[in-house]
Amino acid sequence: MEASKEQKETPVVMVSDLDPNFKYEVAAQPGGENIKRCFACGTCSAGCPVRAIDDKYNPRKIIRMVLLGMRERVLKSDFIWLCATCYTCAERCPQDVKLVDIMTVLKNMAVKEGYIHPLYKEQMKLISENGAVYKIDNKRRERYGLPPVQPNSDETEEIFKVTGVSDFLTEREGEEK
Amino acid sequence: MRYAFYLGCITPYRVPHNELSTRRIAREFGIELVDLDDFTCCGFPIKNASYEAALLTAARNLCLAEEKGLDICTICPACTSVLTEANKELKEDKKLRDEVNEKLSNIGHEFKGTIKVGHFARILYEEIGVEKIKEKVKRDLSTLKFAVHYGCHYLKPSEIYKGFDDPENPKSLDEIVGVTGAKSIDYEDKKLCCGNVIVGIDQDISWTIANQKLDHIKSCGADAMVLICPACSTQYDTTQRMIESKFNATYNLPILYLNQVLGLAFGIDPKELGLNLNRVKTTELLEKVG
Repeated sequence: MEASKEQKETPVVMVSDLDPNFKYEVAAQPGGENIKRCFACGTCSAGCPVRAIDDKYNPRKIIRMVLLGMRERVLKSDFIWLCATCYTCAERCPQDVKLVDIMTVLKNMAVKEGYIHPLYKEQMKLISENGAVYKIDNKRRERYGLPPVQPNSDETEEIFKVTGVSDFLTEREGEEK
Repeated sequence: MRYAFYLGCITPYRVPHNELSTRRIAREFGIELVDLDDFTCCGFPIKNASYEAALLTAARNLCLAEEKGLDICTICPACTSVLTEANKELKEDKKLRDEVNEKLSNIGHEFKGTIKVGHFARILYEEIGVEKIKEKVKRDLSTLKFAVHYGCHYLKPSEIYKGFDDPENPKSLDEIVGVTGAKSIDYEDKKLCCGNVIVGIDQDISWTIANQKLDHIKSCGADAMVLICPACSTQYDTTQRMIESKFNATYNLPILYLNQVLGLAFGIDPKELGLNLNRVKTTELLEKVG
Protein backbone atom coordinates (compact mmCIF):
# COMPACT_ATOMS: atom_id res chain seq x y z
CA MET A 1 0.00 0.00 0.00
CA GLU A 2 2.67 2.42 1.11
CA ALA A 3 4.79 1.65 -1.93
CA SER A 4 2.02 2.40 -4.40
CA LYS A 5 1.22 5.66 -2.64
CA GLU A 6 4.84 6.67 -2.93
CA GLN A 7 4.87 5.71 -6.56
CA LYS A 8 1.90 7.94 -7.28
CA GLU A 9 3.54 10.93 -5.63
CA THR A 10 6.88 10.54 -7.35
CA PRO A 11 7.03 13.08 -10.18
CA VAL A 12 7.57 11.24 -13.42
CA VAL A 13 9.54 12.79 -16.23
CA MET A 14 7.78 12.00 -19.50
CA VAL A 15 9.96 12.09 -22.58
CA SER A 16 7.02 13.45 -24.55
CA ASP A 17 6.95 16.52 -22.29
CA LEU A 18 10.61 17.33 -22.83
CA ASP A 19 11.90 19.98 -25.16
CA PRO A 20 15.28 18.84 -26.49
CA ASN A 21 15.99 22.33 -27.80
CA PHE A 22 15.74 24.00 -24.41
CA LYS A 23 19.44 23.60 -23.58
CA TYR A 24 20.43 25.03 -26.96
CA GLU A 25 18.15 28.00 -26.38
CA VAL A 26 19.81 28.61 -23.01
CA ALA A 27 23.30 28.14 -24.49
CA ALA A 28 22.52 30.71 -27.20
CA GLN A 29 21.97 33.47 -24.61
CA PRO A 30 24.81 35.61 -23.21
CA GLY A 31 25.98 33.85 -20.04
CA GLY A 32 24.32 30.54 -20.94
CA GLU A 33 27.08 29.29 -23.25
CA ASN A 34 28.67 26.81 -20.85
CA ILE A 35 25.58 24.95 -19.64
CA LYS A 36 26.33 21.76 -21.58
CA ARG A 37 29.69 21.41 -19.81
CA CYS A 38 27.96 20.45 -16.54
CA PHE A 39 28.88 16.91 -15.41
CA ALA A 40 26.59 17.09 -12.39
CA CYS A 41 29.27 16.91 -9.70
CA GLY A 42 27.11 18.91 -7.29
CA THR A 43 29.79 21.37 -6.15
CA CYS A 44 27.26 24.17 -6.77
CA SER A 45 24.61 22.66 -4.54
CA ALA A 46 27.14 21.77 -1.83
CA GLY A 47 28.19 25.39 -1.38
CA CYS A 48 24.85 27.09 -2.02
CA PRO A 49 23.58 29.02 1.05
CA VAL A 50 19.97 28.90 -0.20
CA ARG A 51 20.06 25.17 -0.88
CA ALA A 52 21.47 24.68 2.64
CA ILE A 53 18.21 26.09 4.04
CA ASP A 54 15.63 24.85 1.55
CA ASP A 55 15.94 22.05 -0.97
CA LYS A 56 13.41 23.64 -3.34
CA TYR A 57 16.36 25.63 -4.68
CA ASN A 58 18.89 23.10 -5.89
CA PRO A 59 21.27 24.46 -8.57
CA ARG A 60 22.56 21.07 -9.67
CA LYS A 61 19.01 19.84 -10.17
CA ILE A 62 18.01 22.99 -12.06
CA ILE A 63 20.88 22.53 -14.53
CA ARG A 64 19.88 18.87 -14.92
CA MET A 65 16.27 19.89 -15.61
CA VAL A 66 17.42 22.32 -18.29
CA LEU A 67 19.67 19.72 -19.92
CA LEU A 68 16.81 17.22 -19.93
CA GLY A 69 14.56 19.78 -21.58
CA MET A 70 12.02 20.39 -18.80
CA ARG A 71 11.28 23.79 -20.26
CA GLU A 72 7.90 24.60 -18.81
CA ARG A 73 8.60 23.24 -15.35
CA VAL A 74 11.73 25.34 -15.10
CA LEU A 75 10.39 28.59 -16.55
CA LYS A 76 7.11 28.44 -14.61
CA SER A 77 8.84 27.51 -11.36
CA ASP A 78 9.23 29.60 -8.23
CA PHE A 79 12.75 28.33 -7.67
CA ILE A 80 14.49 30.21 -10.48
CA TRP A 81 13.90 33.44 -8.53
CA LEU A 82 15.67 32.12 -5.44
CA CYS A 83 19.31 32.52 -6.50
CA ALA A 84 20.93 34.93 -4.03
CA THR A 85 23.67 35.73 -6.62
CA CYS A 86 26.43 35.05 -4.09
CA TYR A 87 28.58 33.43 -6.84
CA THR A 88 29.86 30.67 -4.52
CA CYS A 89 28.79 28.08 -7.11
CA ALA A 90 30.29 29.95 -10.05
CA GLU A 91 33.62 30.45 -8.26
CA ARG A 92 33.94 26.77 -7.42
CA CYS A 93 32.47 25.10 -10.52
CA PRO A 94 35.17 22.88 -12.05
CA GLN A 95 33.53 23.20 -15.47
CA ASP A 96 33.03 26.99 -15.42
CA VAL A 97 29.30 26.58 -16.00
CA LYS A 98 28.59 30.16 -14.77
CA LEU A 99 25.52 29.23 -12.83
CA VAL A 100 24.54 32.73 -11.73
CA ASP A 101 24.52 33.86 -15.36
CA ILE A 102 22.45 30.81 -16.30
CA MET A 103 19.90 31.70 -13.63
CA THR A 104 19.76 35.18 -15.21
CA VAL A 105 19.16 33.59 -18.63
CA LEU A 106 16.35 31.43 -17.20
CA LYS A 107 14.73 34.38 -15.44
CA ASN A 108 14.91 36.47 -18.61
CA MET A 109 13.33 33.63 -20.62
CA ALA A 110 10.60 33.25 -17.99
CA VAL A 111 9.90 36.99 -18.17
CA LYS A 112 9.51 36.81 -21.96
CA GLU A 113 6.94 34.07 -21.51
CA GLY A 114 4.98 36.12 -19.01
CA TYR A 115 6.19 34.58 -15.76
CA ILE A 116 7.93 37.58 -14.21
CA HIS A 117 8.00 37.47 -10.42
CA PRO A 118 5.67 40.20 -9.07
CA LEU A 119 8.52 41.70 -7.02
CA TYR A 120 10.61 42.37 -10.11
CA LYS A 121 7.65 43.64 -12.07
CA GLU A 122 7.14 46.20 -9.31
CA GLN A 123 10.85 47.05 -9.21
CA MET A 124 11.01 47.54 -12.99
CA LYS A 125 8.07 49.93 -12.77
CA LEU A 126 9.78 51.92 -10.02
CA ILE A 127 13.06 52.07 -11.94
CA SER A 128 11.21 53.16 -15.07
CA GLU A 129 9.44 55.94 -13.14
CA ASN A 130 12.20 57.09 -10.80
CA GLY A 131 15.42 55.92 -12.40
CA ALA A 132 16.04 54.04 -9.14
CA VAL A 133 14.43 51.25 -7.12
CA TYR A 134 13.46 53.80 -4.48
CA LYS A 135 12.23 57.34 -4.81
CA ILE A 136 14.91 59.54 -3.34
CA ASP A 137 13.75 62.00 -0.69
CA ASN A 138 15.90 65.11 -1.15
CA LYS A 139 14.35 66.87 1.86
CA ARG A 140 15.57 64.06 4.08
CA ARG A 141 18.98 64.25 2.44
CA GLU A 142 19.12 67.95 3.19
CA ARG A 143 18.47 67.26 6.87
CA TYR A 144 21.55 65.04 6.90
CA GLY A 145 23.58 67.71 5.12
CA LEU A 146 23.73 65.66 1.93
CA PRO A 147 23.47 67.18 -1.57
CA PRO A 148 20.28 66.54 -3.61
CA VAL A 149 20.33 63.84 -6.29
CA GLN A 150 17.95 63.33 -9.18
CA PRO A 151 18.32 60.09 -11.17
CA ASN A 152 17.45 60.50 -14.85
CA SER A 153 14.30 58.47 -15.39
CA ASP A 154 13.72 59.69 -18.99
CA GLU A 155 16.72 57.83 -20.31
CA THR A 156 15.91 54.76 -18.21
CA GLU A 157 12.44 54.72 -19.74
CA GLU A 158 14.00 54.92 -23.19
CA ILE A 159 16.29 51.98 -22.42
CA PHE A 160 13.28 49.97 -21.21
CA LYS A 161 11.52 50.81 -24.48
CA VAL A 162 14.30 49.71 -26.85
CA THR A 163 14.84 46.47 -24.90
CA GLY A 164 11.17 45.55 -24.66
CA VAL A 165 11.05 45.76 -20.85
CA SER A 166 8.34 48.40 -20.97
CA ASP A 167 6.23 46.12 -23.21
CA PHE A 168 5.84 43.42 -20.61
CA LEU A 169 5.23 46.05 -17.94
CA THR A 170 2.27 47.53 -19.83
CA GLU A 171 0.93 44.71 -22.03
CA ARG A 172 0.38 42.30 -19.21
CA GLU A 173 -1.12 44.90 -16.94
CA GLY A 174 -4.18 43.48 -15.19
CA GLU A 175 -3.69 40.09 -16.80
CA GLU A 176 -4.04 37.24 -14.34
CA LYS A 177 -1.37 34.62 -14.49
CA MET B 1 42.16 61.96 -6.56
CA ARG B 2 38.74 62.69 -8.08
CA TYR B 3 35.93 60.24 -8.66
CA ALA B 4 32.37 60.32 -9.89
CA PHE B 5 30.52 59.30 -6.72
CA TYR B 6 28.05 56.51 -7.42
CA LEU B 7 25.47 56.20 -4.64
CA GLY B 8 23.21 53.45 -5.93
CA CYS B 9 19.60 53.03 -4.76
CA ILE B 10 19.69 51.51 -1.27
CA THR B 11 22.14 53.93 0.37
CA PRO B 12 20.26 57.22 -0.18
CA TYR B 13 16.95 55.59 0.69
CA ARG B 14 17.73 53.35 3.62
CA VAL B 15 21.25 53.73 4.98
CA PRO B 16 22.50 57.33 4.71
CA HIS B 17 25.24 56.56 7.26
CA ASN B 18 27.00 54.60 4.51
CA GLU B 19 27.21 57.78 2.44
CA LEU B 20 27.92 60.14 5.37
CA SER B 21 30.83 58.08 6.67
CA THR B 22 32.28 57.61 3.18
CA ARG B 23 32.21 61.34 2.43
CA ARG B 24 33.85 62.04 5.79
CA ILE B 25 36.67 59.52 5.31
CA ALA B 26 37.20 60.65 1.70
CA ARG B 27 37.82 64.15 3.07
CA GLU B 28 40.53 62.82 5.40
CA PHE B 29 42.48 61.50 2.43
CA GLY B 30 41.76 64.35 0.04
CA ILE B 31 39.65 62.12 -2.20
CA GLU B 32 37.22 64.34 -4.08
CA LEU B 33 33.83 62.72 -4.65
CA VAL B 34 31.96 64.45 -7.49
CA ASP B 35 28.16 64.14 -7.49
CA LEU B 36 26.56 63.45 -10.87
CA ASP B 37 22.83 64.07 -10.92
CA ASP B 38 21.93 61.77 -13.76
CA PHE B 39 23.21 58.44 -12.44
CA THR B 40 20.40 55.87 -12.20
CA CYS B 41 20.00 52.33 -10.90
CA CYS B 42 23.18 50.42 -11.78
CA GLY B 43 21.32 47.62 -13.56
CA PHE B 44 21.67 44.92 -10.88
CA PRO B 45 17.93 44.36 -10.25
CA ILE B 46 17.17 44.86 -13.95
CA LYS B 47 19.21 41.74 -14.76
CA ASN B 48 16.37 39.67 -13.34
CA ALA B 49 14.08 40.89 -16.10
CA SER B 50 16.46 41.63 -18.96
CA TYR B 51 20.20 41.22 -19.23
CA GLU B 52 20.21 43.54 -22.23
CA ALA B 53 18.38 46.35 -20.40
CA ALA B 54 20.74 45.90 -17.44
CA LEU B 55 23.78 46.12 -19.70
CA LEU B 56 22.49 49.28 -21.39
CA THR B 57 21.68 50.85 -18.03
CA ALA B 58 25.14 50.06 -16.69
CA ALA B 59 26.74 51.29 -19.92
CA ARG B 60 24.83 54.56 -19.74
CA ASN B 61 26.03 55.14 -16.17
CA LEU B 62 29.60 54.42 -17.27
CA CYS B 63 29.19 56.91 -20.13
CA LEU B 64 28.15 59.69 -17.73
CA ALA B 65 31.41 59.31 -15.82
CA GLU B 66 33.42 58.99 -19.04
CA GLU B 67 31.90 62.25 -20.27
CA LYS B 68 33.26 63.96 -17.15
CA GLY B 69 36.60 62.20 -17.48
CA LEU B 70 36.22 60.57 -14.06
CA ASP B 71 36.65 57.06 -12.69
CA ILE B 72 33.68 55.80 -10.66
CA CYS B 73 33.77 55.30 -6.90
CA THR B 74 30.94 53.13 -5.58
CA ILE B 75 29.71 52.36 -2.07
CA CYS B 76 27.64 49.30 -2.94
CA PRO B 77 29.25 46.01 -4.00
CA ALA B 78 26.29 45.03 -6.22
CA CYS B 79 26.65 48.30 -8.15
CA THR B 80 30.39 47.69 -8.27
CA SER B 81 30.00 44.24 -9.79
CA VAL B 82 27.41 45.19 -12.40
CA LEU B 83 29.30 48.31 -13.50
CA THR B 84 32.67 46.52 -13.49
CA GLU B 85 31.27 43.58 -15.44
CA ALA B 86 29.66 45.81 -18.08
CA ASN B 87 32.82 47.91 -18.32
CA LYS B 88 34.92 44.79 -18.87
CA GLU B 89 32.56 43.18 -21.39
CA LEU B 90 32.19 46.38 -23.40
CA LYS B 91 35.91 47.12 -23.41
CA GLU B 92 36.79 43.60 -24.58
CA ASP B 93 34.00 42.82 -27.04
CA LYS B 94 33.86 45.20 -29.99
CA LYS B 95 30.75 43.62 -31.51
CA LEU B 96 28.84 43.99 -28.25
CA ARG B 97 30.14 47.54 -27.84
CA ASP B 98 28.90 48.50 -31.31
CA GLU B 99 25.46 47.04 -30.60
CA VAL B 100 25.23 48.84 -27.27
CA ASN B 101 26.47 52.11 -28.73
CA GLU B 102 23.89 51.99 -31.49
CA LYS B 103 21.14 51.84 -28.87
CA LEU B 104 22.81 54.40 -26.59
CA SER B 105 23.04 56.88 -29.49
CA ASN B 106 19.25 57.39 -29.16
CA ILE B 107 19.85 58.96 -25.78
CA GLY B 108 23.02 60.78 -26.76
CA HIS B 109 25.75 58.59 -25.25
CA GLU B 110 28.65 56.55 -26.54
CA PHE B 111 30.66 54.05 -24.51
CA LYS B 112 34.35 54.59 -25.13
CA GLY B 113 35.94 52.47 -22.41
CA THR B 114 38.09 55.15 -20.82
CA ILE B 115 37.39 54.76 -17.11
CA LYS B 116 37.67 52.36 -14.15
CA VAL B 117 35.16 51.40 -11.46
CA GLY B 118 36.08 50.69 -7.86
CA HIS B 119 34.42 50.31 -4.49
CA PHE B 120 35.57 52.92 -1.97
CA ALA B 121 37.09 50.21 0.25
CA ARG B 122 39.17 48.92 -2.65
CA ILE B 123 40.28 52.47 -3.47
CA LEU B 124 41.37 52.88 0.15
CA TYR B 125 43.25 49.59 0.05
CA GLU B 126 44.91 50.00 -3.33
CA GLU B 127 45.23 53.75 -3.92
CA ILE B 128 45.73 55.03 -0.36
CA GLY B 129 47.23 51.89 1.17
CA VAL B 130 47.26 50.45 4.66
CA GLU B 131 50.37 52.42 5.75
CA LYS B 132 48.86 55.80 4.94
CA ILE B 133 45.58 54.85 6.59
CA LYS B 134 47.55 53.94 9.72
CA GLU B 135 49.11 57.41 9.87
CA LYS B 136 45.64 58.90 10.48
CA VAL B 137 44.88 56.72 13.49
CA LYS B 138 44.62 58.85 16.62
CA ARG B 139 42.63 56.56 18.86
CA ASP B 140 43.52 52.98 19.65
CA LEU B 141 40.62 50.57 19.23
CA SER B 142 42.44 47.56 20.69
CA THR B 143 39.68 47.03 23.27
CA LEU B 144 37.37 45.98 20.43
CA LYS B 145 36.82 42.74 18.55
CA PHE B 146 35.28 43.00 15.09
CA ALA B 147 33.77 40.37 12.81
CA VAL B 148 34.49 41.45 9.24
CA HIS B 149 31.82 40.56 6.69
CA TYR B 150 32.94 40.73 3.05
CA GLY B 151 29.59 39.96 1.46
CA CYS B 152 29.56 38.65 -2.09
CA HIS B 153 29.93 41.18 -4.89
CA TYR B 154 32.95 43.02 -3.50
CA LEU B 155 35.04 40.00 -4.52
CA LYS B 156 32.87 37.98 -6.88
CA PRO B 157 32.66 37.10 -9.68
CA SER B 158 36.44 37.17 -9.26
CA GLU B 159 37.06 37.07 -13.03
CA ILE B 160 35.92 40.71 -13.34
CA TYR B 161 38.13 41.97 -10.49
CA LYS B 162 41.46 40.95 -12.02
CA GLY B 163 42.71 38.99 -9.04
CA PHE B 164 41.90 41.62 -6.42
CA ASP B 165 41.98 39.72 -3.11
CA ASP B 166 41.03 36.06 -2.81
CA PRO B 167 37.29 35.31 -2.67
CA GLU B 168 37.93 32.07 -0.78
CA ASN B 169 40.35 33.64 1.70
CA PRO B 170 40.02 37.42 1.57
CA LYS B 171 42.18 39.74 3.64
CA SER B 172 41.87 43.34 2.38
CA LEU B 173 39.14 44.44 4.80
CA ASP B 174 40.74 42.60 7.75
CA GLU B 175 43.98 44.47 7.05
CA ILE B 176 42.23 47.84 6.99
CA VAL B 177 40.37 47.03 10.24
CA GLY B 178 43.70 45.87 11.70
CA VAL B 179 45.31 49.31 11.45
CA THR B 180 42.90 50.64 14.08
CA GLY B 181 44.34 48.27 16.67
CA ALA B 182 41.05 46.36 16.86
CA LYS B 183 41.15 42.60 16.53
CA SER B 184 39.50 41.10 13.46
CA ILE B 185 38.21 37.76 14.65
CA ASP B 186 37.85 34.60 12.62
CA TYR B 187 34.42 33.02 12.78
CA GLU B 188 32.39 30.20 11.27
CA ASP B 189 30.98 30.90 7.80
CA LYS B 190 32.84 34.19 7.46
CA LYS B 191 32.26 34.16 3.68
CA LEU B 192 28.53 33.43 3.97
CA CYS B 193 26.16 35.61 1.93
CA CYS B 194 23.69 37.79 3.91
CA GLY B 195 20.67 36.56 1.92
CA ASN B 196 19.27 40.04 1.31
CA VAL B 197 18.91 39.67 -2.47
CA ILE B 198 16.05 37.19 -1.99
CA VAL B 199 14.33 38.77 1.02
CA GLY B 200 11.48 39.94 -1.21
CA ILE B 201 11.18 36.52 -2.83
CA ASP B 202 11.31 34.30 0.27
CA GLN B 203 11.74 36.06 3.58
CA ASP B 204 11.98 32.82 5.56
CA ILE B 205 14.99 31.54 3.64
CA SER B 206 16.61 34.96 3.52
CA TRP B 207 16.33 35.62 7.25
CA THR B 208 17.38 32.07 8.12
CA ILE B 209 20.61 32.68 6.19
CA ALA B 210 21.14 36.01 7.98
CA ASN B 211 20.38 34.50 11.37
CA GLN B 212 23.15 31.92 10.98
CA LYS B 213 25.81 34.59 10.67
CA LEU B 214 24.45 36.76 13.49
CA ASP B 215 24.45 33.67 15.70
CA HIS B 216 28.00 32.66 14.78
CA ILE B 217 29.36 36.15 15.30
CA LYS B 218 27.60 36.65 18.59
CA SER B 219 28.95 33.37 19.92
CA CYS B 220 32.50 34.57 19.19
CA GLY B 221 32.04 37.55 21.48
CA ALA B 222 32.49 40.18 18.77
CA ASP B 223 31.64 43.78 19.65
CA ALA B 224 30.33 44.50 16.15
CA MET B 225 30.14 43.31 12.59
CA VAL B 226 32.02 45.44 10.06
CA LEU B 227 30.85 45.59 6.47
CA ILE B 228 30.87 47.66 3.27
CA CYS B 229 27.51 46.86 1.66
CA PRO B 230 24.16 48.66 2.04
CA ALA B 231 22.19 45.48 1.29
CA CYS B 232 24.07 43.52 3.95
CA SER B 233 23.61 46.35 6.43
CA THR B 234 19.89 46.51 5.71
CA GLN B 235 19.71 42.79 6.38
CA TYR B 236 21.84 42.63 9.54
CA ASP B 237 21.15 46.07 11.03
CA THR B 238 17.80 47.42 9.81
CA THR B 239 16.01 44.08 10.25
CA GLN B 240 18.06 42.61 13.11
CA ARG B 241 15.23 43.12 15.59
CA MET B 242 12.79 41.26 13.33
CA ILE B 243 15.25 38.42 12.81
CA GLU B 244 15.77 38.21 16.58
CA SER B 245 12.05 38.02 17.09
CA LYS B 246 11.56 35.34 14.40
CA PHE B 247 14.28 33.13 15.86
CA ASN B 248 13.66 33.99 19.50
CA ALA B 249 17.22 35.22 19.88
CA THR B 250 18.95 38.29 21.29
CA TYR B 251 21.97 39.54 19.40
CA ASN B 252 22.04 43.29 19.94
CA LEU B 253 25.03 43.27 17.60
CA PRO B 254 26.06 46.68 16.23
CA ILE B 255 26.62 46.64 12.47
CA LEU B 256 29.22 49.19 11.43
CA TYR B 257 30.40 50.37 8.07
CA LEU B 258 34.15 50.13 7.58
CA ASN B 259 34.30 53.91 7.22
CA GLN B 260 32.58 54.35 10.58
CA VAL B 261 35.26 52.16 12.19
CA LEU B 262 38.01 54.17 10.51
CA GLY B 263 36.35 57.42 11.56
CA LEU B 264 36.29 56.30 15.20
CA ALA B 265 39.97 55.44 15.02
CA PHE B 266 40.71 58.80 13.38
CA GLY B 267 39.03 60.55 16.31
CA ILE B 268 36.12 61.89 14.24
CA ASP B 269 32.89 62.85 16.01
CA PRO B 270 30.52 59.81 15.83
CA LYS B 271 27.69 62.03 14.59
CA GLU B 272 29.69 63.04 11.53
CA LEU B 273 30.00 59.32 10.77
CA GLY B 274 26.25 58.83 11.05
CA LEU B 275 26.66 56.50 14.02
CA ASN B 276 23.39 57.89 15.39
CA LEU B 277 21.66 56.40 12.33
CA ASN B 278 22.68 52.78 12.92
CA ARG B 279 19.58 50.86 13.92
CA VAL B 280 21.29 48.70 16.54
CA LYS B 281 22.59 51.24 19.01
CA THR B 282 26.33 51.72 19.29
CA THR B 283 26.31 53.40 22.71
CA GLU B 284 27.96 50.53 24.58
CA LEU B 285 30.56 50.14 21.88
CA LEU B 286 31.40 53.84 21.98
CA GLU B 287 31.76 53.69 25.76
CA LYS B 288 34.23 50.85 25.35
CA VAL B 289 36.32 53.00 23.02
CA GLY B 290 36.30 55.72 25.66
